Amino acid sequence: MLKQTEGSRAVAEAIALSRPEVICAYPITPQTHIVEALGEMVKSGELGGCDFINVESEFAALSVAIGASAAGARAYTATSSQGLLFMAEAVYNAAGLGLPIVMTIGNRAIGAPINIWNDHSDSMSMRDAGWIQLFAETNQEALDLHIQAFRLAEELSCPVMVCMDGFILTHAYDRVDVPTQGEVDAFLPPYEPRQILDPADPVSIGAMVGPEAFTEVRYLAHHKQQRALTRIPQLKALFQAQFGRASGGLIRPYRCTDAETIVVALGSINGTVQEVVDTMRSDGVKIGSVSICSFRPFPLAALREVLQGAKRVVVLEKCLAVGLGGIVSDGVRKALSGIQLNGYTVIAGLGGRAITQESLLQLFADAHADELEQVTFLDLNADVVAHELEREALARRSGPTAEAILRRLGTVGSGIG
Amino acid sequence: MSIMAERKIPARAAAPMQAVKFYQTGTFTVGNRLLAEDQRSVQANMERTNSLNSGHRACQGCGEALGARYAIDAAMRAANNQVIAVNATGCLEVFSTPYPETSWQIPWMHSLFGNAAAVASGVASAMRIKGRTDVRVIAQGGDGGTTDIGFGCLSGMFERNDDVLYICYDNEAYMNTGVQRSSATPPAARTATTMAVGREPGNVFGTGKNLPLIAMAHEIPYVATASVANLRDLEYKVTRAMGIRGARYIHIHVPCPLGWGSNPADTIRLARLAVESGLFPLYEAEHGEIIGRTTIRRKVPVDEYLRLQKRFAHLFGAKPDLERIAHIQALADRNVKRFGLVDATVAAGG
Repeated sequence: MLKQTEGSRAVAEAIALSRPEVICAYPITPQTHIVEALGEMVKSGELGGCDFINVESEFAALSVAIGASAAGARAYTATSSQGLLFMAEAVYNAAGLGLPIVMTIGNRAIGAPINIWNDHSDSMSMRDAGWIQLFAETNQEALDLHIQAFRLAEELSCPVMVCMDGFILTHAYDRVDVPTQGEVDAFLPPYEPRQILDPADPVSIGAMVGPEAFTEVRYLAHHKQQRALTRIPQLKALFQAQFGRASGGLIRPYRCTDAETIVVALGSINGTVQEVVDTMRSDGVKIGSVSICSFRPFPLAALREVLQGAKRVVVLEKCLAVGLGGIVSDGVRKALSGIQLNGYTVIAGLGGRAITQESLLQLFADAHADELEQVTFLDLNADVVAHELEREALARRSGPTAEAILRRLGTVGSGIG
Repeated sequence: MSIMAERKIPARAAAPMQAVKFYQTGTFTVGNRLLAEDQRSVQANMERTNSLNSGHRACQGCGEALGARYAIDAAMRAANNQVIAVNATGCLEVFSTPYPETSWQIPWMHSLFGNAAAVASGVASAMRIKGRTDVRVIAQGGDGGTTDIGFGCLSGMFERNDDVLYICYDNEAYMNTGVQRSSATPPAARTATTMAVGREPGNVFGTGKNLPLIAMAHEIPYVATASVANLRDLEYKVTRAMGIRGARYIHIHVPCPLGWGSNPADTIRLARLAVESGLFPLYEAEHGEIIGRTTIRRKVPVDEYLRLQKRFAHLFGAKPDLERIAHIQALADRNVKRFGLVDATVAAGG
């Protein structure tokens, strides 16, 4: 059914249609609307057979989900930013135990300085925790990916994060097609756990493993994600056959045939990137783009296939590996091992800074002319940086950096451009 | 909780009563063989489940291993063997499950150090939603996993009144990592992070948490303290807790020969001296109100308890630290007064 609704509400409806049994909630912006909606559905009786638990922290939220999942229940939670970091120990633990929990990340920057707006630093920080990470481009895809996520997670006994851009998607009202319960039931079978805490058949779960077997256990976690590389495109096809929509998959190339310059990005920014590609194409520039949906497992072969004919790759990243540059770029370069082409990393949209078509047009033109630095910070205010460096050079006790910059900028309200 | 000292605490009403008491020579332990069969302890029963089976790797004289077996066996009997246990990281977790040698005969799960209460909440939630109300959930951990790193999750589980029995095996320090101070470490005790050096050797006075009282402040349905020296009382409290729904907490005092520097053969003796000196009061509470306490039949001075432990050796050198021993005695005396541990008629020779 077509609806005009908020991204968070669309996701909540997808979760409800997936028949979760235990939902743990702890508030953090910008994922809050999702669990608020689910809480209301459970309390009103609209979502039956489900326990909704208000916990005291994100660490507890995922821990409750771990217990519920190990006891055979389909478990879900959602978080963002600091919340994901606060549950970090449990994030690794859920994956290590092979528990198919699904968690939404409403992507948001990590402080300090505290910032509630969107970038990808949070889920990127957990990229090696053993979870599958799927990035949604649109609210429709966010909705669809959650339904796929439960099936993928449970087939592989591997937890899945569905990442959606905070505010840009979570708070945006858009048209979405919400499937019926019957359609979702036909796609998503009931959870059949591989391991379960059951007094009739007692097992110990979470035992200590020493050097004699630790490598093998970790290898199998990697192997599981390698299998996901095959399974994710299959699920995309199955989903498309049933629901009539293309959602998910490993990557989504856009006008890459004959492209000399290819832009790689994750999440909602791909819409803007594609518009800029269209504009430049109409000017005769051979440019295309690739949206990475599956960041973990990382689709090395699929990317190589698309990128190998290009002359240069621009990786547009909403995160920063401080002291190195890009995080996604590392994977892209690994995908291109042995292939000679120019690679550029562009750090953009940190802490919610708008990525405008105007900026991207200039950026891609510079890239197409190979006039970019290897690492570029899009729309970096060089004056502010220079002034702050100068100020710090003048006085030892120069005070806190972020506050000094804000003081200099003056009141800008919500000016994020 | 200062009002507690003012209020007369009623004697326990629901405890198993005996018409005639029989004691083994030199102890106050009730002789099982002299009791009717239905009054004998779970541990005395050949049918006990041995939930924590033999062959584990606990040290000689480990109080925690005893406490865990006593508690879980009693819980198993009370729940018709339908028990799932969640364990915090710590000695109990490590010595019981170096695979393939798990000692657990029940479904058992370890996730992290600080989340046992939350994981148990999740298991309980799954059982509730699946209609398996016959399956009961226990979380367990040491004092570090309970009073320190796991405290947030524990308090959350209490506050939500989740249907979980949390059992803390309190050996008063982080033994698994090599005897470091926890918020349950008693004053003056030497640990690896409160060494017996300087002007105030050992752990400082005036710090630490009293978790049973904190649990009571949550007004959860049931809170009790227990000791491995008092098996029947321990089993009674676990059984009583298992008969109640909602969040329940039992804090069991379990001596650790390695961490305390005591003779492994003295584990039960030490646990008993802790109770009889007043340092570890035995009581139970429902919804924040104390409903029963175990009185001390023969109160002993704290130095009888302290002297047997190397962690307190610095108090008893060539020049005993009388001031600190007196301070510890005052803490014990305060417990006796606060919880009404000495029956006035008995103390008066009645």
